[in-house]
Amino acid sequence: MDFAIPNYQVAIPEMFILAMACIILLVDLFLTERTRSVTYLLSQSALLGAAVLTLTTFSEGSQLAFSDTFVRDAKGDVLKAFIYLSTFMVFLYARSYLQVRNLFKGEFYVLGLFAVLGMMVMVSAHNLLTVYLGLELLSLALYAMVALQRDSIFASEAAMKYFILGALASGMLLYGMSMLYGASGSLDLSEISRQITTNQMSLVTVFALVFIVVGVAFKLGAVPFHMWVPDVYQGAPTAVTLFIASAPKIAAFAMMIRLLVDGLSGLQSHWQDMLIILSVLSLAVGNLFAIAQTNIKRMLAYSTISHMGFLMLGVLTGSSEGYAAAMFYTISYTLMSLAAFGMVVLLSRTGFEAERIDDFKGLNERSPWFALVMMFVMFSMAGVPVFLGFWAKLFVLKELVHAGMTWLAIVAVIFSVIGVFYYLRIIKLMYFDKAEDKSPIEKNLDLHFALSLNGVGILAMGILPGSLMALCISVFV
Amino acid sequence: MFADLPLLSLLIWTPILGGVLVLITGNDKNALDAKVIALLVVLVTFVLSLPLFGLFDSSLAVMQFVEGPHVWVSTFKVNYHLGVDGISMPLIVLTTFTTVLVVLAGWDSIKYKTAQYMAAFLIMEGLMIGVFASLDVILFYVFWEAMLIPMFIVIGVWGGERRVYATIKFFLYTFFGSVFMLVALIYMYYQGDSFAILDLHRLKLGHTEQILIFFAFLIAFAVKVPMWPVHTWLPDAHVEAPTGGSVILAAIMLKLGAYGFLRFSLPITPDASSTLDGMMITLSLIAVVYIGLVALVQQDMKKLIAYSSISHMGFVTLGFFVAFSIFENTGSWNGAALGMEGAIVQMISHGFISGAMFLTVGVLYDRMHSRDIAAYGGVVNKMPKFAAFAMLFAMANAGLPGTSGFVGEFMVILSAFTANFWYAFLAATTLIIGAAYTLWMVKRVFFGEVANDNVAKLEDLSIREFFILAILALAILGLGVYPAPLLDVMGPTVDNLIQHIGQSKL
Repeated sequence: MDFAIPNYQVAIPEMFILAMACIILLVDLFLTERTRSVTYLLSQSALLGAAVLTLTTFSEGSQLAFSDTFVRDAKGDVLKAFIYLSTFMVFLYARSYLQVRNLFKGEFYVLGLFAVLGMMVMVSAHNLLTVYLGLELLSLALYAMVALQRDSIFASEAAMKYFILGALASGMLLYGMSMLYGASGSLDLSEISRQITTNQMSLVTVFALVFIVVGVAFKLGAVPFHMWVPDVYQGAPTAVTLFIASAPKIAAFAMMIRLLVDGLSGLQSHWQDMLIILSVLSLAVGNLFAIAQTNIKRMLAYSTISHMGFLMLGVLTGSSEGYAAAMFYTISYTLMSLAAFGMVVLLSRTGFEAERIDDFKGLNERSPWFALVMMFVMFSMAGVPVFLGFWAKLFVLKELVHAGMTWLAIVAVIFSVIGVFYYLRIIKLMYFDKAEDKSPIEKNLDLHFALSLNGVGILAMGILPGSLMALCISVFV
Repeated sequence: MFADLPLLSLLIWTPILGGVLVLITGNDKNALDAKVIALLVVLVTFVLSLPLFGLFDSSLAVMQFVEGPHVWVSTFKVNYHLGVDGISMPLIVLTTFTTVLVVLAGWDSIKYKTAQYMAAFLIMEGLMIGVFASLDVILFYVFWEAMLIPMFIVIGVWGGERRVYATIKFFLYTFFGSVFMLVALIYMYYQGDSFAILDLHRLKLGHTEQILIFFAFLIAFAVKVPMWPVHTWLPDAHVEAPTGGSVILAAIMLKLGAYGFLRFSLPITPDASSTLDGMMITLSLIAVVYIGLVALVQQDMKKLIAYSSISHMGFVTLGFFVAFSIFENTGSWNGAALGMEGAIVQMISHGFISGAMFLTVGVLYDRMHSRDIAAYGGVVNKMPKFAAFAMLFAMANAGLPGTSGFVGEFMVILSAFTANFWYAFLAATTLIIGAAYTLWMVKRVFFGEVANDNVAKLEDLSIREFFILAILALAILGLGVYPAPLLDVMGPTVDNLIQHIGQSKL
């Protein structure tokens, strides 16, 4: 047995987040309600610190560590950077929301940081066990966060549903992994990949693939494994929905890439067909069901489902440009989702949840600026130029056509047009209808500033999308 | 001095940035400031567009005032690339001209959120100029789609009773149309490895490919023109839009669809256009005749003008596609140029006339808040100056010789004769139908006894209104009597286009 000391340096950011999460857990014990902001500031600085650590040690090639179970490469680092960024924004947006609801507790931040750690492990996984470990760490933290508002029936119901269905999906994934282990004799992703390409693949690997795709689809919220998404989005406190709808999507994308591309690229012709079905169904169900919603969180949940369908279209092209397109889509989606749920947080105030889409009525009269920001977000999600969402869709469509799947591109654009309707409805409510609720928006400097930045960013990155695109391509090619 | 300036960029960005400025500074308390700034911006833009006309070398068919290509999105090979030829340049001048009138027309009639109204039109102006000036398809597409946003807001916020229905229908229809074009553009990118429009013109494409691409374009442009049977959004949008919105819709946005045929469909898929010309001519003639008859029975003035617009735009598409029929019939392309130039003259002329007609209705609507023909009668007794203008515009709409409406229609009909007698015959019926619906409306609204007390209280044009209508009247008469400068400018470009579509790409 070779007892070389593992190369810890590769996992420095992960270790830093772990240490900080533990420290915050302890520090929080000694804080009173009045000094709780220390927890908040410590969590934010933990994210900043991790970002500094990741970016300063950024390198082009890929490094393996811990008996090849952990990999650090450029695409992982970029994805991690966006996970820090979106979590940072979630904490920022959520602060006042949590404060007025008596949820401003250390647990939110500690669980959030553990979720971040889980996501980082998922992003850097190079072994089936590491994938699973990261996924469970993330999921368990999320289950608890959904249930954070423990005297709310809806939140408890949502948490229960999320937990049971999540456990089922994890079971599926684990089952698939075990079959894969049985067929290849290894848990290492590159070893599995080598085995599949060199040996004739057996029926059992295809079987394993089915279960793995199911597990991944569940975590993404793709149809027909989407049932939890609307319920959880609606039931969870908005601050938690904001979190679930942002960074974990990046992690789920990373898991998909690690498993399907790094591990099972030999089965591409098989998973391509599966993903086609999943994405077309997601686009159809997501866009059609969103039209019928009256709750903004449910509407955005169905919108998420359709976006995940679009994202999978990029992955199923099977080309590195296609993966880059999917990555660009994921990052764009995360930024838009943050802004959209950020708006829901903004409109909520003491004793009032802005959950109905009617709560957006007449926003232009109450606050022209935030109506404009929300309009940017809605048009961006709808894929109207010149916003970021347009380029994300264009990139994916372009790779679809490149891969010879023009028909799929046409299906995708038809459902996008259907989707435009419910985004337009929000704009209609904000601009064309009279406000029922005339109270001005509560003053909150940092939330206002960050949300404005987020909205303007969506426009600015739509005008100059080149550098983010080039970044996504460079990490895959 | 002007030759060194990046004129097209200035034309695009002056109104957009001006619009942002108005949006930031304006609110309902200082509405006048917003209006003044907006007027200054549109006037500056209009003045900037004049050297475009003056310095344009009309002996050349190539793109002029070219800017770029500057790399915009390097990974996609998308460039910021602008330029105009004899087709797009007059349309840009038409845009800057019309926007000045729109700002003036909204001066008193917009009572709330004036700054946002003005800003929407300024931004829209820049985006529309961008569509005409783009030489890169993605740049074109971005302007083309982004333009819908301000129009959506304008109809939805300042529109009539059913404005929400109308504006969502407008947005979804046009958005639905253009997404297929996007897929076709991406497809061609992989055939020719370029998003430059001029490269696509030279791109070799097979027959089936051309047919499919032609249909993708057709959905986009036919909705915009609009052609029968995808025209149903237009009457709704026109009726509900505020006057300024109607004017821009009719005068410019419809032209974008026709422009798309000239810039994309014809040169990129000439063989498909040739194969499908029968279908296109049929659709155009249905628009001319059937929609003309539909216009006859309208009770609502704006709806009548909207249908009249669809009917007149039928002439434009007829003029484009009759060229192939002429070639099949006579074996030469002589006469095709006449039809195409006629169609382009018709585009410009319709810009003036439909704008004028909608402004006329706007003048009445501001006073009586009704668009019903039946609510009026004998207006001439109270508003003689106004009635004179309205009569002139109505005559122009009916295609009276001496007005711009005659020139384009006459050229197209003449050209259609070369192709097929019946094409020309059917197209010419519009001179009767058009006269019927327009003059009948004028008769009912303006002539006869004063119909009711409301009409009796009408006051004649203010100086502002008089000025707007007078300018349009001059433009209509000018183009009608002396269309030569416009024809000179577009001549070489049209000849070049016809030469281009004469060569098979197979």
